[in-house]
Formats: sequence, C-alpha cells, structure tokens
Amino acid sequence: MSAVFRREILSYFTSPIGYIFLAAFYGFSAFSFTSNSLKFGTTKMDGMFQQLMIILIVLIPILTMRTMSEEKKNKTDQCLLTAPVGLGGIVAGKFLAAFLIYIMGIAVTLVYAVVISAFAAPDWSVIIGNFVGLALVGAAFIAVGIFCSSLTENQVVSAVISFIAMIALYMLTTIGDVVPADFIEKMLPDVGAVWRTVITEAIVIALTAAIFFLFGKRSGVLIGGFIVMLVLGLFAAKGELVPKILGKLSFWERYVGFTYGLFDLSNALFFLSAAVVFLFLTVRVLEKRRWA
Amino acid sequence: MIEVQNLSKHYGDKKAVDNISFKAEDGEILGFLGPNGAGKSTTMNILTGYISSTSGKALIDGTDILEDPIKAKSKIGYLPELPPLYLDMTVKEYLNFIYDLKKCKLPRNTHLKDICNLVKIDHVYKRLIKNLSKGYKQRVGLAQALVGNPNVLILDEPTVGLDPKQIIEIRTLIKKLGRNHTVILSSHILSEVQAVCDKIIVINEGKIVADDTEDNLSRKLSSDHKLIVRIEGDQKKVTDLIDSLANVEKVDIGAKHGDDCWEYRIESKEGTDIRRDLFIHCAQKGFVILEMRSSELSLEDIFLRLTMGKSIDGGED
Repeated sequence: MSAVFRREILSYFTSPIGYIFLAAFYGFSAFSFTSNSLKFGTTKMDGMFQQLMIILIVLIPILTMRTMSEEKKNKTDQCLLTAPVGLGGIVAGKFLAAFLIYIMGIAVTLVYAVVISAFAAPDWSVIIGNFVGLALVGAAFIAVGIFCSSLTENQVVSAVISFIAMIALYMLTTIGDVVPADFIEKMLPDVGAVWRTVITEAIVIALTAAIFFLFGKRSGVLIGGFIVMLVLGLFAAKGELVPKILGKLSFWERYVGFTYGLFDLSNALFFLSAAVVFLFLTVRVLEKRRWA
Repeated sequence: MIEVQNLSKHYGDKKAVDNISFKAEDGEILGFLGPNGAGKSTTMNILTGYISSTSGKALIDGTDILEDPIKAKSKIGYLPELPPLYLDMTVKEYLNFIYDLKKCKLPRNTHLKDICNLVKIDHVYKRLIKNLSKGYKQRVGLAQALVGNPNVLILDEPTVGLDPKQIIEIRTLIKKLGRNHTVILSSHILSEVQAVCDKIIVINEGKIVADDTEDNLSRKLSSDHKLIVRIEGDQKKVTDLIDSLANVEKVDIGAKHGDDCWEYRIESKEGTDIRRDLFIHCAQKGFVILEMRSSELSLEDIFLRLTMGKSIDGGED
C-alpha cells in the first residue's frame, strides 16, 4: 500500500494534474472567500464552505479520473495485480494519495480563517467543524471518483461519469422532490398496499423470467430484475418513503449541517461509510475483471 | 517449480486455454511456442494471477495461485507482453517502486545495481522511461521481473522489439538465469525457443500440440528432405540432373542469382537425404553448388506436422 501511495503522490506532481487541481482550488476558494466573507466584513465562513462543495464536484473528477483507468490503458495494472499485494491495498493507496492532495487543497481554508482573525476573533470551533465536514465530503467524492475511474479505460469518460455521479449525489433531495412517488398507487387505486405490492412484484418477476429465458440466460438479467423488484416494491408498498430516502442519501443535505456549525456524528459516519462502500465497489470491479 | 493441472479459460463460448497440463522443474527453462492468439499470454496471465482460470489448478512452488495469491505471487517475476512501465518515472524511481511493491527484503541499492548490470541498463538509470527506446523499455521490463530475485520467471515474448545483438544478449541472460530459476518463456519463433529452452511445449488454439524436450521435437520437425540449393550451370541441364536423382519428388526453380545461376527447391521423399547424391552428381557434371540449406519450417507447418504427422508443402517461405 505504501509503495502505491508514494508512487501516486509522485505522479500527481510529475504530471500537471496535481498542480492544476491545487491552483484551481486555491483560486476559486479565494474568490469565494473574498465575495462571501471579506466583502461583507463578517467572520462567518459558511457561505464559502457551501460554495466549495460545488467547486469540489468540478475539481475532484480531475483528481481521480486517471487513478484506475490509466493503469488499465497502459497495462501497468499487470504489474500491480501480479505483485504480492492485495487489491484492497492498491485501492487504499490510491485513495489515500488523492485524499492527501485534497487535504493540501482544502488546508487553505484554515489560512482564510487566520486572515479573518486579523480583523476579529473567528469562531474556531465552527470553522474546524466546517473543515472536517469538507474533508469528509471530499473523501466520499474521491471514493466515488476512483470507483468511476475503475469502470473505464478512458480518462475523459471516467471524468464525465464521476461528474455526473457527483452531481446526482449532490442533487438527490431535488430529485426526490420530483420523483412521482405514488405512480403505482395511481395505477392500482382500489387495492390495498399488500395486494399492490404482490401484483407489482409478480409482474416484475414474470417480465424478468421472460427476458431471462427468451433473450439469453445471463446472470445480469437476474440481478437487474432483483434490483427492479426492490425499487418498484418500495414504490408499491410505501411510495411516500422514496423522497425521504433520497433526501437522506443526498450529499448536500448531509453536508450543509456542517456549514451551520452543527457537527452531527451520523452525517460524519454517512460520508465515511459512503467512502468505504465505493472503495469496496472499486475492489469488486477489479476482482470481477480478473474473473471475466 | 511450476505445475499446471487441467487448466482452462473460457471467454464466453471461446476457449482461450483448453485443458492444458504441464510441469516445469527447478532450474529448467520451459519454452512456450505458438502462433499469435494460441493462448500463450492467457496461460501466463493465469499463472501470475492477473486473470483467473475457469477451471484447473496452477501451483507455483506448491502454492495454488488462487488459494494463496499473495504467497504465490511473491515467488514470481513476470514480464508481460507489453512491459508494465510507468512512463512518467525514471528507471531509478520505477525500480525502487517495484522494490517497495514487492516488499523486497534484499539490500536495496546493491540489489538494484546488480539487476541493472545484468540487463545492462545502468547508463540509462536516471532517464525517464518515456524517452527510452523499445529495446531499453523491454530491458527495464525484464529488470522489473528480476527485482526480489523470485524463484520463478515468466517471460512473455522477452526478445520482441530488440535488435539482433540485444536478442543474443537477452537469450544468454535467460540461459544464465535458467540455472537457478524456473523460467517459462513464450515465443512464436521456433529457433529462439530451440536456442534457449530445455523443454518445449507447442500450443495452438488453446491446446497443447506437443510437449517434448527440444531434441526429440527437433528430430520430429526435421526438414532435411526439403532443400534449397543454389547451383551454377545451365538451368535445363541442372533440372534434368536433379530430376534423375533417386528419391527426388519435385524440383521448383526459384530466383535467378547472377549469370547462369539459379536457386532450386528440391523435395525428396520423407526420411531420405539426397544431399550427398546431389553433391557428387553436380561435381561430376561440373555444376558448382554455391549454397545448400534445409528449408525452415514455418509455425503453420509445425502445427500441421505435429497434428497430422506427415509432410506439408510450402515450408520454405
């Protein structure tokens, strides 16, 4: 793990990517700091921290786009995967390297706090909380980016997918508000929740079985069918839960609390588990490629 | 030691490797011969744990690559078809990275220096890999495989892209390494495998076509009954002379080389050797033989011969 970590750090600074990421982050955060805090003569920094999340969505794909896809394209993964190291170690090394560069970027916010303290005493506990929140949301985003990078050999495609995924995670609350939660209820208005669920599931199972037996017996069809079963089952049984669940998964909803100075352990754990889940999925993707 | 038992790899319906078994003892160089797409690289990728097999076992020094991959991998040095080089690193940085990656315990500086001397890359040690020529990249790839002094070396077409002098150097090096390592090397060049290996396995379409020591295989594949001869003298008379020899089945006239000198492709009955007859008769008639050689078999001929066990036309291209 440490070998991969050191190589990654080195490669961020032998290629322009590390410099671009840091320069862009320093530049944009400085604008944001000036317009939100300095211009209004306030010691509050929550405006800047809220804007920084948007900046992350644009910049983190740049940081993570090459992590896995470049290895695959240059066949250097042959060297990593045939070395006596576990896949977990490789992914963790890459994650930690990207995370270190990221921390080097967001550390600048502490400098801004010091700038403020020249004028008036800032609320340090709130600022530290903000900083921790930003570090956590960044860790989760980096894990998402690395996962997207493991899906493709093409760096541009990798950057675009991670961009889309991060925007979706950011916007989940909005998406939840728009999703027609009760569309199955409207189609089957007169039966109870139990029968509605049974009918929906029966239709999904029948369709999946038909596709499975008619168009080729693939395990992907079964897995897809199972996921559709879960999702539609949820809609049928308790449609009003869907926007709530999406809201709970929304990165923005979880992050914004930190900027108000609320340190909620559940939010911190949410970002940590998101990072772990996506890193685990990355390992699975690498594993699956081996078995393909 | 490498032991492979009933190894198969299927990609959908295609069988890239189909139920192959072989064994390479310590201090043995095993040659893997086969045309492109025969399954050589796939087999090597399975042995090194890069991909998994569909069924069967691969044991490296008695450790199953699927059961204890980390232990098995620590005993292997692998040079893939395309050397896995990070182009943005210098040779020094790269080899140090590999050293750390393999968790090597040997003294770092002397070990890396020894390897560089061995594959002759010490004078490019501080250069960026991006800027090296193909031959040097190949050597850095080989150096990478040697880091940590693994028991087993798996080399996928190690001499591709090298110039003739380098090819000879690398072959000598591999022979030297073969004394105290188990080496598996693949190639699609018969003469290369013959020059280096103790044992040859011929593989085609995922199946082992022949598994034999080099001498036996060479005898099986000998082609002394097909000759290419360059003779000075009137074309018509020479052709008649050759035709009149015992056991000659066919004479083709090849390219003209200077005044009154032609190349002839002579095919005699299998198992017969007409070289002495030809020499004596030509000498009696005053025709000068400027060159005589057996025609080399192409890989296709070898497979056809091994699988069908009889002579094949058109081996001299």
